Amino acid sequence: MAARPVPLSLRPVTHWTGWVAAGLVASLVLLPLLAVFWRAGGGSLPGASDWAALRFTVLQALLSALFSVVLAVPVARALARRRFLGRGLLVTLMGAPFILPVIVAILGLLAVFGRSGIVNQALGWAGLPPVQIYGLHGVVLAHVFFNLPLATRFLLQGWQGIPSERFRLAASLGLGPADVFRQLELPMLRAILPGAAVVIFAICLSSFAVALTLGGGPRATTVELAIYQAFRFDFDLGRAAVLAVIQMTLVTLAAVMALKLSRLDGFGRGMDRPPRRWEAELWRLRVWDAAVLFCAALFLIVPLGAVVWRGLPGLMDLPVQVWRAAAVSVVMALSSSFVAIILALSLAHLALVRHRIEVLGLMGIAVSPLVIGTGLFLLINPFSDPARLAFGLTALVNALAALPFALRVLVPALRDISRDFGPLADSLGMSGLSRLRWLVLPRMRRPIGFAAGLAAALSMGDLGVIALFADPERATLPLEILRLMGAYRMDSAAGAGLLLLMLSLLLFWIFDRGGHRDVDA
Amino acid sequence: MLTLEGLDIRQDDFRLQADFAIPAGSIVAVIGPSGAGKSTLLNVIAGFFAPVSGHVIWEGRDLTGLPPAQRPVAMLFQDNNLFPHLTVAQNLGLGIRPDLRLSTEDQARVAQALIRVGLEGMDARKPATLSGGQQGRVALARVLVQRRPLILLDEPFAALGPALKSGMLDLVAELAAETGATLLMVSHDPADARRIAPLTVLVADGQAMAPQSTATLLDNPPAALAAYLGG
Repeated sequence: MAARPVPLSLRPVTHWTGWVAAGLVASLVLLPLLAVFWRAGGGSLPGASDWAALRFTVLQALLSALFSVVLAVPVARALARRRFLGRGLLVTLMGAPFILPVIVAILGLLAVFGRSGIVNQALGWAGLPPVQIYGLHGVVLAHVFFNLPLATRFLLQGWQGIPSERFRLAASLGLGPADVFRQLELPMLRAILPGAAVVIFAICLSSFAVALTLGGGPRATTVELAIYQAFRFDFDLGRAAVLAVIQMTLVTLAAVMALKLSRLDGFGRGMDRPPRRWEAELWRLRVWDAAVLFCAALFLIVPLGAVVWRGLPGLMDLPVQVWRAAAVSVVMALSSSFVAIILALSLAHLALVRHRIEVLGLMGIAVSPLVIGTGLFLLINPFSDPARLAFGLTALVNALAALPFALRVLVPALRDISRDFGPLADSLGMSGLSRLRWLVLPRMRRPIGFAAGLAAALSMGDLGVIALFADPERATLPLEILRLMGAYRMDSAAGAGLLLLMLSLLLFWIFDRGGHRDVDA
Repeated sequence: MLTLEGLDIRQDDFRLQADFAIPAGSIVAVIGPSGAGKSTLLNVIAGFFAPVSGHVIWEGRDLTGLPPAQRPVAMLFQDNNLFPHLTVAQNLGLGIRPDLRLSTEDQARVAQALIRVGLEGMDARKPATLSGGQQGRVALARVLVQRRPLILLDEPFAALGPALKSGMLDLVAELAAETGATLLMVSHDPADARRIAPLTVLVADGQAMAPQSTATLLDNPPAALAAYLGG
């Protein structure tokens, strides 16, 4: 059989939408940075504390990525090869910590691992010394809590990408669990794992709220936290800009690495039947998978349970401004999810022919929201009151922040579609909207639903740019919670936290479900 | 008439040349060793792969620079000939209009094509619920509604059993005869060629040779073909 010829030219859709999206993203990232530089008068050299922050940032991100990805392998494998009651719920829950508003999640983690948390109470009861959540291991713990589920979801998609026919073939050849791992799962992991690890590494590089609450101090300060301090306490824009450049270089390098490492080739496709795993139908493997899933669920559910437990009393009589803020947040989440998907789909099409485009998408997390926000503030201030544009700007920046995740999910899916069905669609003349409507959208329902859910929930829980801009009338729910906490109205804050949690999960669930409808279609 | 004028096809170390014409309305098998470039030749004619030089000409019209959909070509690939997320009727409809905005008349054509290939009443089914043979028939029905004068088959039925495959080939020959289409089909089974293709293009040693009588060629195979046929 002759090698499959490469297509005459890859022109599945007109690429102008991709270039427009790329231009928009690039200017949204670069213009504010330039504005900060310009305002800062060029920037100043980084000092010793900046280098310490850089070292800590890289170390904690490395550890976080490593633990998240390594622990995700058995969890994703158990989910991929077991069908049991409540599996769907567990998969949805896997999405929960990542899309959990950071402040709410940290409250939950503190309730479990904090000074007077469940773990320390148990340790004290057993006569053991208490564990300390603050510092490097606390930061890593929180990051693993956030990113283990993300890694699991990425890997689960990888597993689902292996055609069920392959497992059937393996079963008919009498391949055991170890052989199936080597022949089918390892190649998939090799393609997916490095990319997933570097994405998580990059996320943790720019993590801010976790370092603010669980790190802090000169020995546990991230670059992002240092940027915040430079802005907020010193208003030293020059130093902040230099730190921002360090941050951006770091994450861009990580992004380039991610693209180099992830080889998304090989696997063909199956006729979309749900897979059965003959080789895994062993008693000891069932027990192992059950234990893995139980531990993972415990690790993820208990902190969430603590949030619910503490939030319930306050939920009954929430102040009216909380409801108003909730409405603002929902509208913002929907807008920013919509923008993120449009941008991501456009960029993903472009990324099929220009692989480096994905790096551009990753820039959304490379530059800190605070830097973008301040830059936009400086750009807009001469012409208009930035507070009046707070809603649109925040939605846009939130979409930008969700873009890397959306691209990570959409690009491989789109690549598969192009490889499998591109020639057929080309020969039938399906281009532009026809191709989008009858090929891309129906075949990408799952990844699009997932990406849209992620984007909506991330925007829902985001507390970044809005804090710089918003006036009290247009606060989002996370900002309102911060205000309630600042005013020591802890019951209301806990109640609002629970409301935020429920709304985030609900939005994610609706989108993700939508993508799963008619899976066998 | 399909004319391949001084075609030079290259991909890395691979090279294939073709310079001949195929009379309109004929059924031609494309035969040769694995890796000789049978599929590549079809892909060049269909517009999925660009030659370094030379022209693909149909009835005096130069197709060389045209994208696949603008060529008078309907092609069936080795696999992925149907969209699994669309119904049988939708898969056929795409052969008429890529945006699926079908008129009543178009829908009637879809229904007729399904009747013609013996799949009446299957319009609402998804491909995954059909047998391999039925899927092949759906793909052929789409070729039918596409109404293209040039049909290229890149072994779409290779995975079917011998009887089923023979049946499909007979159906292909009938459809080609009914529509007067010119048919090129890649095959690695000489029996396929004998069955429906009076002419055969031999692809071997970097050359696609001018079509010759299938019977003559197979009865007195040149060295390259004899080695491949193993007889």
